[in-house]
Amino acid sequence: MKIDRKKCVGCANCSPVCPMGAIYIDENGFAEINEEACVECHTCYRGLSVESLPPWPVRYIRRLLAAVNLRFQPELDICPTGAFAPNELSWPRTIRRAFSDPQVPHESTNLAGRGTAEAKTNDVTNRIKEGEAGFVVELGRPGVGVYFKEVDRVTQKLAEMGVAFEKENPVTHLMNDPDNGRIREDVFGEKVLSCIIESKIRLNKVPDILGAIKELAPSLDTVVSIGVSTRCDISGDDPLREILQDLGYDAWRAKINLGMGRYAEPISNTEEEKS
Amino acid sequence: MTNTLHRFGKPESLKDDFIVFIMASRGVNHDGAPEKVRVFLNAALKYNPVNIGNGLIGSMYRPEKDLSFTKLYFTGRKEQIPAQEAIVSLEESIHAAVVFDNKEAMEGFLKEVKELDLGLSVNVSALADEVRTACRKNGITIHSIEYSLGFHGDLFRLPDRHVLSLTTMCGHGMISAGFARKLIDHVKEARITPEKAARYMAKFCVCGAFNTSRAVRILNEARTAN
Repeated sequence: MKIDRKKCVGCANCSPVCPMGAIYIDENGFAEINEEACVECHTCYRGLSVESLPPWPVRYIRRLLAAVNLRFQPELDICPTGAFAPNELSWPRTIRRAFSDPQVPHESTNLAGRGTAEAKTNDVTNRIKEGEAGFVVELGRPGVGVYFKEVDRVTQKLAEMGVAFEKENPVTHLMNDPDNGRIREDVFGEKVLSCIIESKIRLNKVPDILGAIKELAPSLDTVVSIGVSTRCDISGDDPLREILQDLGYDAWRAKINLGMGRYAEPISNTEEEKS
Repeated sequence: MTNTLHRFGKPESLKDDFIVFIMASRGVNHDGAPEKVRVFLNAALKYNPVNIGNGLIGSMYRPEKDLSFTKLYFTGRKEQIPAQEAIVSLEESIHAAVVFDNKEAMEGFLKEVKELDLGLSVNVSALADEVRTACRKNGITIHSIEYSLGFHGDLFRLPDRHVLSLTTMCGHGMISAGFARKLIDHVKEARITPEKAARYMAKFCVCGAFNTSRAVRILNEARTAN
């Protein structure tokens, strides 16, 4: 992302809206982006409303008001001059946007967002079966961000524990070899808003995996959000909650698949197909 | 896509927060899905959702890219589009989310969704016991469940509870802690209303999972917090 200095009036409305705190006002009074901290999420560009005022008169009015201790203050969600413009990104920086901007599909999976549908479509995909646990380990969330060199430490640890990484997940696509969990080194220096490691393992291994993540987490230069899923039995009950509660997790909040999905025959588009 | 799973707050702070979403799976049941998503969303309107949306297209709250002096000071801003207009804009979507701020609306909607029998995956993200009760009442058998186990690691880098409660309502992380903190301060100083602050934040959450009612309540609590 870049800020057009010809347009910026230094009102500083953009500074707090950056999830990574990458925008600041420089010594000349213009908004500037710390490229290293920016994860190309496009929040500033997409989220701020735009007024398109002419910059020169706004700067003049701001200076005039400042002289008498007053301040020109646009509404808090507005960039008064539309000063933001996206950059043309090249590899490996493109990965920042792919993981951080939820409106951009990953080249590797063609899916937007940070992961896959996980258990949300389990009623039709049966990815997580009875007796299995799906792990969704999100690094960098909430609002801290993460470098891939830290992601690599977690994926290697999970691989050691014997998890099966989800093939359609974009982090899995960055692994040289999913058997050892190693992430390709050319992306180690790239920072993203968050990324999700998806894997599954037998239910009885849940305590071991959670123990390993808890042991590793304090040494990580980020935060970790953990989700664990399973398939319920025929009466809608699940054994996972008890396991989690025994381990000291409250597990009061959940995402629940109601089992309403079903396989549908594709619709025929041509007359021949229909006949 | 765990964007609704890790909403921060104790159970009593999550009792007005129910996200129901519908989703087709490519290669399984995506043919004809956009029409079914529209049926789902139109049915939701009867239960007064506080937000609806789709991550690729947007929510009921969208930034305005064509503001002018006239709009700002005379005709007024259009910070929220009518729900019907939002549904029309989701024309080719094969997934969408609706947010309710009360259990009764969620329960009533689930009953109707069951009767509609759309054949797409439907999930509810909320307090697990509340959803289990609603499912039992409506004769729905839960298929799969994903539990949130909260945050770990370098927790000193996280903001305070009011900020975190607001920012985690956008799971993609599009609402920054800095912005939430600034809005809390402005509400405390009576420079803007909690309702306006909630709308500002909602515009940054592209998928429509941001609960504006809960945000107003949190902002009011933050205003008088010790």
